[in-house]
Amino acid sequence: MSTKKRISLSVNGKLLEGEAEPRTSLADFLRDDLALIGTHIGCEHGVCGACTIMMDGQAVRSCLTLAVQAEGTELMTVEGLLDENHQLHPIQEAFIEEHGLQCGFCTPGFLMSTFELLEKNPSPSDDDIKEALGGNLCRCTGYQSIIKSVRLAAQKLQSANTAS
Amino acid sequence: MKPAPFDYVVPETAEEAVSCLQKYEDDGIEATVLAGGQSFVPLLNMRMARPDVVVDLRKLKTLKYIREEDGVIAIGAMTTKREVEESELIQQRQPLFHASTLEIGHLQIRSRGTVGGSMAQADPAAEYPAVALALGMEMKILGTDGERIVPADEFFITYLTTEIDSTELLTEVRVPVLAEGTGWSFQELARRHGDFAIVGGAVTLRLDGGVCTDPHIVLFGVGATPVRMTAAESAISGQAPSAELFAQAGEQGAAELESPMADVHASAEYRRHLAKVIIKRCLLEATERAGGSVS
Repeated sequence: MSTKKRISLSVNGKLLEGEAEPRTSLADFLRDDLALIGTHIGCEHGVCGACTIMMDGQAVRSCLTLAVQAEGTELMTVEGLLDENHQLHPIQEAFIEEHGLQCGFCTPGFLMSTFELLEKNPSPSDDDIKEALGGNLCRCTGYQSIIKSVRLAAQKLQSANTAS
Repeated sequence: MKPAPFDYVVPETAEEAVSCLQKYEDDGIEATVLAGGQSFVPLLNMRMARPDVVVDLRKLKTLKYIREEDGVIAIGAMTTKREVEESELIQQRQPLFHASTLEIGHLQIRSRGTVGGSMAQADPAAEYPAVALALGMEMKILGTDGERIVPADEFFITYLTTEIDSTELLTEVRVPVLAEGTGWSFQELARRHGDFAIVGGAVTLRLDGGVCTDPHIVLFGVGATPVRMTAAESAISGQAPSAELFAQAGEQGAAELESPMADVHASAEYRRHLAKVIIKRCLLEATERAGGSVS
């Protein structure tokens, strides 16, 4: 009953292997087994969005996914936003500049939801931003500074793209 | 918050899944099927579900498809809501189903939640079961003896309970395309966007010779299953659309609800009130979409 299963998957571009009981959530597996503690766990039933990560190119809740279901998938966690020189991603810079966080607990989830939004829609309207971040809760900021951060992140990414 | 321990199997085919389920049934082992897990994993986390074995359908890629066959859109049970949302075929040929998809949870939930999962979960406040009833969808169910097709009005039995036996698997949802000229509406009231609805409605109707014909009015969030509001439907059949008529239909609909659910989100009385409001709003919007105007 409930013997551990081997799991191999790609996280932030690296192939990794681990073992988990079937009942282990992907969020716990990332934090406890792969030591990627940037992914935060809030409500553990899909309401708060703190555990949001990218799975095969789409933002998902890692608390509502079992680790065993992630076998063979490609994940990106908040740690994957850093570049090879450990420099912050333009989205992270924007959140700092526009005060898109206070306590920061919810921030990894907001960053990952923003990442997917800006990948698919480089110049989102405020409505697009609200729709994309509607599944993430923040108890500090009142959201306005987060929306400003996403607008700024979109500008930063666009000017980086034009420059290159 | 951790689920109770369970065993885990990953069948390669739908047939193998069904024979697993049959074997567990014969051995008296409680097995539950896992599709996207967006409703089921919370139940596991809160230990409201404690199965012995979880049968994960993640390898059944053959149950991921959306295709039109003779006026019916066949959707594989493992198709995600994201795939429905992004499907041009569904957007064009079944706008009611498409609109209801956008109201389900949040984008991050729709990335993994499946069409078959929502139907099989049969949450009384969920969008898809109501739309299934309003559109007359059919469910294709696979068992060890082969396939059977169950119409939506026989599929939903009560809270979280459907016609699918413990040894069977829902493999396909069959959605009729929206006939040309049909007006539709999908509306729900929730405290926050993305939450389960307190009350919602799915409506289709046609206008022939200036009167409403073939109305389908379904509410959800009011009882153990989605409910077809037959009294409200009769109230408008053959009548010219008007705000007054639709308000009356709302009254009739609210009156025909036997005992609306009462919970922490809303009292029975408030749900009855919302039923009235939703029926009226849906009828007004559906009439406009059918090309009519409301006097």
